[in-house]
Amino acid sequence: MPGFDFSNHARNAALHAQGFPLPKATSTGTTIVGCIFDGGVVIAADTRATSGPIVADKNCEKLHYISPQIWCAGAGTAADTEFTTALISSQLELHALSTGRKPRVVTCMTMLKQHLFQHQGHIGAYLVVAGVDPTGVALFTVHAHGSTDKLPYVTMGSGSLAAMSVFETLWKPNMNREEAVKLAAEAIQAGIFNDLGSGSNVDVCVITKEKTTLMRNYIRPNERERKQKSYVFSRGTTAVLREKVIERVDIGKYVTVHEVPLEAEGEQMEVDT
Amino acid sequence: MDHLKKGEVNLGTTIIAINFKDGVILGADSRTTTGAYIANRVTDKLTQVHDTIWCCRSGSAADTQAVADIVQYNLEQYGVEYDMPPTTQTAAAMFQELCYHNKDRLSAGIIIAGYDPRHGGQVYSIPLGGSLHKQSYAIGGSGSTYIYGYCHANWREGMTEEEGINFVKGALQEAIKWDGSSGGVIRMVVLTAKGAVRHVYLPDNGYTGPGTK
Repeated sequence: MPGFDFSNHARNAALHAQGFPLPKATSTGTTIVGCIFDGGVVIAADTRATSGPIVADKNCEKLHYISPQIWCAGAGTAADTEFTTALISSQLELHALSTGRKPRVVTCMTMLKQHLFQHQGHIGAYLVVAGVDPTGVALFTVHAHGSTDKLPYVTMGSGSLAAMSVFETLWKPNMNREEAVKLAAEAIQAGIFNDLGSGSNVDVCVITKEKTTLMRNYIRPNERERKQKSYVFSRGTTAVLREKVIERVDIGKYVTVHEVPLEAEGEQMEVDT
Repeated sequence: MDHLKKGEVNLGTTIIAINFKDGVILGADSRTTTGAYIANRVTDKLTQVHDTIWCCRSGSAADTQAVADIVQYNLEQYGVEYDMPPTTQTAAAMFQELCYHNKDRLSAGIIIAGYDPRHGGQVYSIPLGGSLHKQSYAIGGSGSTYIYGYCHANWREGMTEEEGINFVKGALQEAIKWDGSSGGVIRMVVLTAKGAVRHVYLPDNGYTGPGTK
């Protein structure tokens, strides 16, 4: 019979029903924000990646390239944000090449939402899409299920509440570049300090009509300082009670060492001398 | 709306569309929620699908946006192919087709309202199961349960524009007051022979203005 084979799914479901835990994906328990200003748009992100309670990466990149003037900030499942943005980036470049026009932010947003809707939320990508195109400045959020919003300032991820509280108190219309970057960085820091899922550094990306500036580790509020004391144990701290030296020949009890004769000339691997 | 997927963006909503003397008025609150968090407090749930055909969206934000995008695409195709604008009924039938055939996969409650010179203003409602109802006025979303009484008591056939706006605004104010999932600003679209006019009413001044923007 042609078609898909769902037997593995049935097996996994049965296993899960017996209390077998599902494998855990690396989630970017994240703070990401975006903010429009006069003449451009800024997006920012923290740099912590988590796997359950473990910090999987202290300085990961959550700002993804789509096209020179369109960038994405990603929250949710790290692998999904990475691959979804890479896929759309590729498709958008081919689209731009075939039309001979610069890619638009709405096009990017529509491709993302249609892709995510097709997969009914199983692709856990929560994105802030920002950029400048011939129609002007644009800022969107795209949720994993495929819904989109268009707003002058946005926050997403587990730290979105902390970040939004900063925007709601300090945001004002018609900000300039410096004000917007400061506000976005401030919002990310609120996430870093008040949300357990977010931490480490602030990455910022500013997009204007003229150019895009990616500022990796724009603020580093969590520098690891030198240990005040050395915790290395001095030699001889541990008392030696008994000493036993295992001879090379004794290893034969645990492994067998077998000399392999050299193969013919052609079979040999090339090695630099 | 009974079984939204986990973490899905929900338009816990109040929507309304009415017929009046010169056309139709659509109205909606502006709240979108993910669980207890307000994901957007100034949402636009009134979506244009053709020149003078609009819809009010309730239920899953992702589902209703996807459906409205498909209908918008098909209506544009229709307009070019037949060299005339589609009627409101045609648009409503397109919505029904999608909502009925995908009823198991969608949580979408949509109200369609449009104006065309032949039929004037018309209002159609498509609730969860995908049935289609032509009505003189329609309400929907979680907040609508609180305003059945208000609407029944205050509805009059053939209202003026001002009376219509006040009816819609009054109904939405009550829904926002009683329904926790509805809130924010009141958005309206007035559709007449002269085209579409947008209105916004802010809670800051008790929903008195600014009106047309």
